[in-house]
Amino acid sequence: MKNEAKYENKIVLSNVGNIDPTNINDYIETRGYEAAKKIVSNEYTPLNVIDIIKNSGLRGRGGAGFPTGAKWEFTAKEKADKKFIVCNADEGEPGTFKDRLILEGDPHRILEGMIIAGYAVGAQKGFIYIRGEYSTAIERITNAIKDAYEKHYLGNSILGSSFNFDIEIKKGAGSYVCGEETSLIESIEGKRGNPRIKPPYPGQKGLWNYPTVVNNVETIANVAPILLNGADWFKSFGTEKSPGTKIFTLIGNVKNPGVVELPFGITLREIIFGFGGGISNDRKLKAIHLGGASGAVYDGSILDVPLDYDALKEKEGMLGSGAVLVMDEETDMRKYLKNVLEFFKHESCGQCVPCRIGTARLCEMADDIIEKGGKEVNIEYMKHLTDVMFKSSLCPLGQSVIMPVKSIFKYFNNEF
Amino acid sequence: MKIDTILSKYEPKSENLIQILHDIQDHTEGNYLKEEDLEKVADYLKIPKSRVNGVVEFYSMFSKKPRGKYVIRLCKSPPCFVKGAFNMLDELKSQLEIDVNETTKDGLFTIETTSCLGVCDEAPVMSINNKIYGKLDSAKIKKIIENYRKGKSEI
Ligand SMILES: Cc1cc2nc3c(=O)[nH]c(=O)nc-3n(C[C@H](O)[C@H](O)[C@H](O)COP(=O)(O)O)c2cc1C
Ligand code: SF4
Ligand code: FES
Repeated sequence: MKNEAKYENKIVLSNVGNIDPTNINDYIETRGYEAAKKIVSNEYTPLNVIDIIKNSGLRGRGGAGFPTGAKWEFTAKEKADKKFIVCNADEGEPGTFKDRLILEGDPHRILEGMIIAGYAVGAQKGFIYIRGEYSTAIERITNAIKDAYEKHYLGNSILGSSFNFDIEIKKGAGSYVCGEETSLIESIEGKRGNPRIKPPYPGQKGLWNYPTVVNNVETIANVAPILLNGADWFKSFGTEKSPGTKIFTLIGNVKNPGVVELPFGITLREIIFGFGGGISNDRKLKAIHLGGASGAVYDGSILDVPLDYDALKEKEGMLGSGAVLVMDEETDMRKYLKNVLEFFKHESCGQCVPCRIGTARLCEMADDIIEKGGKEVNIEYMKHLTDVMFKSSLCPLGQSVIMPVKSIFKYFNNEF
Repeated sequence: MKIDTILSKYEPKSENLIQILHDIQDHTEGNYLKEEDLEKVADYLKIPKSRVNGVVEFYSMFSKKPRGKYVIRLCKSPPCFVKGAFNMLDELKSQLEIDVNETTKDGLFTIETTSCLGVCDEAPVMSINNKIYGKLDSAKIKKIIENYRKGKSEI
């Protein structure tokens, strides 16, 4: 049995499953568009909005945990003819499907968050970049945009104000690296999704080189509730440095896989054994891959660490997207390592040598480990290779291969 | 739909390239992008054909090879791997008697593999065209394929 009531603390998912996502009036009845209306009618200046978001301590939910208020402030300060808001709905991190649930279940929340972001930084146009495989989400967002235009919540002089804001949807076409913000920008421009060199950051030179805020879906879904209820309310959830809640996707060998929104500071023990009901088939826990493919893989010693964006730094890992992949005692970690490396090899865009060649070489060596056993393969060399990739790859895809590889060798050394 | 009808829905700006390619592929029998259509796209957007090709090759949802009426994409990312995705791949291959990236002789099915489809709590997962099928096992796969052969996409 799922124990949702006890384990859920909803800010972001409050409407999901409770309102009809195809009916704009359902959203309005939950105080939808109230925050946006208040803001664009000049009750708040853009600076007020940025201050509230800064005070709330909201951090980006796309993986890196960058403070959202600070990101908006950079772009607000840029002088430019045009600025853009981009909602990153590319959600490709294996094990993650939280953004899909928000897009499908509460699409207007995203539009409202983007309007507020646009007002705060001085942008009049937003793009939602949705991965091409999410056909239901694309349909829901498309309809939501149409309904919002009809009500003059989008377009010129929206919500009875003098503020103009348009939103357009862009479909991806199957590429993990396009979730990386500069690659996503290239893709919106209709190009191959090869990441750009940073700096300049998108906040200064993003879409068509104009200042651009890129935020994750879950980040944007927090914006309207914060402005309605205040920064202090938001800070009453979670930890000091990571306020609010996080959506975790619990998957793998657990009794009750699924999605759960919990305040930061929660432990994996509570997520896996509380919400998830423990390991399936009465087996024992062996490993947890946390934060998606590019996160670290741990053994049970991680279970009681309170989770937030900083907690895992000393454990050489990251909370990432909030994916919690549970593996039981039957899992062969050598084969698992190979599967993870295959993922990176397949998704490497090939633009830079350390990542293109590095992922291919690592895959070959992982094959050798499976065929000949770990003693025959120079595991130290594999670790060294991930160091080189960390230092010299152009984008975080190649740089992050070090995390799963080194942690698997560290925690499951006896299997190699 | 004719290619010109599709193109006329979009402004001739190169930022629309990916959206146009989706639209054309969705409306082409065989779920793919024809060389002659790509040339028309390049002309319409006034960009080099090589730029169009570069984009087609970059994104995994696009194909320049004709595919089956039903494109089966099995997820092989780590969460599905842990739940036995590769056994399901063997199952698909033996039931359809083709390998990955091949199409059955009757032109109905193509098997592809894909990265995470974002439905991982139902792993192992595959998609057929736009429809998702989760919690796969041998019997379920058999049933799904039988139904598609009969022209039904519901299980
Ligand atoms: C390889 C790679 C894939 C990424 N995929 C996503 C993604 O699917 N969704 C997302 O929001 N961020 C993704 N990111 C992070 C983005 O680059 C960016 O940091 C994020 O969208 C910023 O939004 P936030 O500040 O709201 O988190 C990815 C990063 C990398 C390096
Ligand atoms: S690190 Fe990998 S994904 Fe990133 S630019 Fe280089 S080759 Fe492409
Ligand atoms: S890993 Fe297979 S659907 Fe996500």
